[in-house]
Amino acid sequence: MPGQTEAGSDSVIEVRELTKRYGDKTAVDDLSFTAPPGQVTGFLGPNGAGKSTTMRMIVGLDAPTSGTALVNGRPYAQHRAPLQELGVLLEARAVHPGRSAFHHLMALAYTHGVPRRRVEEVIDLAGLHAVAHKRVGAFSLGMGQRLGIAAALLGDPAVVMLDEPVNGLDPEGVRWVRELLRGLAAEGRTVMLSSHLMSEMAQTADRLVVVGRGRLLAETTVDALVERSEDKGVRVATGEPARLRSLLAAPGVTVTSTGAERLVVSGLDTRRIGQVAAEHRVPLYELVTESVSLEEAFMHLTQDAVEYHSSDAGRAA
Amino acid sequence: MSADTITSSTTASSPACPVYRVTGGRVVRSEWSKFWSLRSSWITLGVAVLFLVMIGVIAAALYTPDGPLGGKDAASGAALTLALAGTNLAALAVGALGVLLSAGEYSTGMVRSTFAAVPGRLPVLWAKCAVYGPIAFVTSTLGALLSFLLGSAALHGEKIALSLGDAGVFRCLLGAGVYLGLVGVYGVTVGLLVRNNAGGIAILAGVVLVLPGLTGLLPSSLGDTVSRYLPSNAGQSVMTLHASSDSLVSPGAGLTALLVWAVLLLAGAACRLRRNDV
Repeated sequence: MPGQTEAGSDSVIEVRELTKRYGDKTAVDDLSFTAPPGQVTGFLGPNGAGKSTTMRMIVGLDAPTSGTALVNGRPYAQHRAPLQELGVLLEARAVHPGRSAFHHLMALAYTHGVPRRRVEEVIDLAGLHAVAHKRVGAFSLGMGQRLGIAAALLGDPAVVMLDEPVNGLDPEGVRWVRELLRGLAAEGRTVMLSSHLMSEMAQTADRLVVVGRGRLLAETTVDALVERSEDKGVRVATGEPARLRSLLAAPGVTVTSTGAERLVVSGLDTRRIGQVAAEHRVPLYELVTESVSLEEAFMHLTQDAVEYHSSDAGRAA
Repeated sequence: MSADTITSSTTASSPACPVYRVTGGRVVRSEWSKFWSLRSSWITLGVAVLFLVMIGVIAAALYTPDGPLGGKDAASGAALTLALAGTNLAALAVGALGVLLSAGEYSTGMVRSTFAAVPGRLPVLWAKCAVYGPIAFVTSTLGALLSFLLGSAALHGEKIALSLGDAGVFRCLLGAGVYLGLVGVYGVTVGLLVRNNAGGIAILAGVVLVLPGLTGLLPSSLGDTVSRYLPSNAGQSVMTLHASSDSLVSPGAGLTALLVWAVLLLAGAACRLRRNDV
């Protein structure tokens, strides 16, 4: 990995007690987490949780009020070839609309002595070959995202950090980003991406850093979150709910009625419930384990920390 | 596109393990490329030269010995006054382009890409000035030269006619180029200070065109002193053959004043770049 040669440490993003205040509003509040190499770290949180601000601080665009953000062992700005250490896609567009994609990438490449060959390589990689010499102002949102990703990969960086990379991409583009990021992580690079959609993270990320209102809510793995969320009970539909209810009654088992013929049982699995019903000849119409979706688990985790509830949705930019 | 092609082309350059590095020269190269890859650069620069040449030539063509400059001789430098009549308008165009080059990065968001690539930030300020200052200087000097030569043809045989070889003529034309080159630098710094296209251009236009008139509001002695060292009047003194009136200082003092303004603005822009979030 190119980035490891200089710093001599692992290619990581390390955020320590990072805080950013704007006046009396705290955008990022004492946030600490690590994004390790070889894995995709998902940075998850509702709108306004401070994800973009954190990413801007990691690349030195915003100065933290306190705390530090290190990329491969030092502040981003102290690297001699920052684009080779960390490639970034920021949520807001960061391209002059009057310039062509090619010239935009060349302008960035010149600062580091990146050869033209590499610029052409990332243009092809992002599927922008046909539009490389068109003005960026005429690009669709999806093509703009592709250009941003091409720019992030320009310096062949050890760490890739993308803010909402699939915004505006079509399904094919979403799949492309997912496979690209998995591929980069498989090469041993550090990949971090932000999203406010759990479903997207579940398919791409290994680890999750969940934030809300600028605070760390959880630093976990996708698998751990899945395990934790699978305990909502068993949904049962039966012709004799009252009888089944008394048959199932035992310490540690709760049965709630959710309709005329419906029960939700927790503390017993489908196998045990089925056995009891069969022994006592209680007819069952339905017997299903209800799992909490990742989306629900995420909502549960962040419900107190949602910055903008739907009544304020218009402001949730 | 499949995952295979993606990974293989990402890694294609890895075996060579290139060692990249940001250097001052490379940032200049980048800013040079950024400048010429925008259509607005070509257009605005062209407009500046057009103002300079067209107004100069028209002024010379309209000259009659009975007009306002009549009765003057060659030594008065009236031929140069005519040739450089478009300087103020050209300054507006050159300065506005300077603002667009820097403030335009903020309005478009390009600045985030720029400073992600060069997180030290200050090299970008120096590079922008090192690229645009000379570009504005060279094109303006050529424009002034062209204006003078075309105007001389129109003034041929008149009492005020001057030739390029006459003492001080070349210095004045070069002075116009230096003034406009520095106005370009002012534009870049003002753009970085206000980070807004319209605001930056308004401030620049105010300083170049409006401010000299406002010094009349100050007590006369103070007003005269201040007025002489304002960029526009200091600029006039470097491109005037003989400072005939009290309102102008010597060319050397004028140049010094212009450079002091540039240093102050650069220092201000550098402070803002270092201190404030992007």
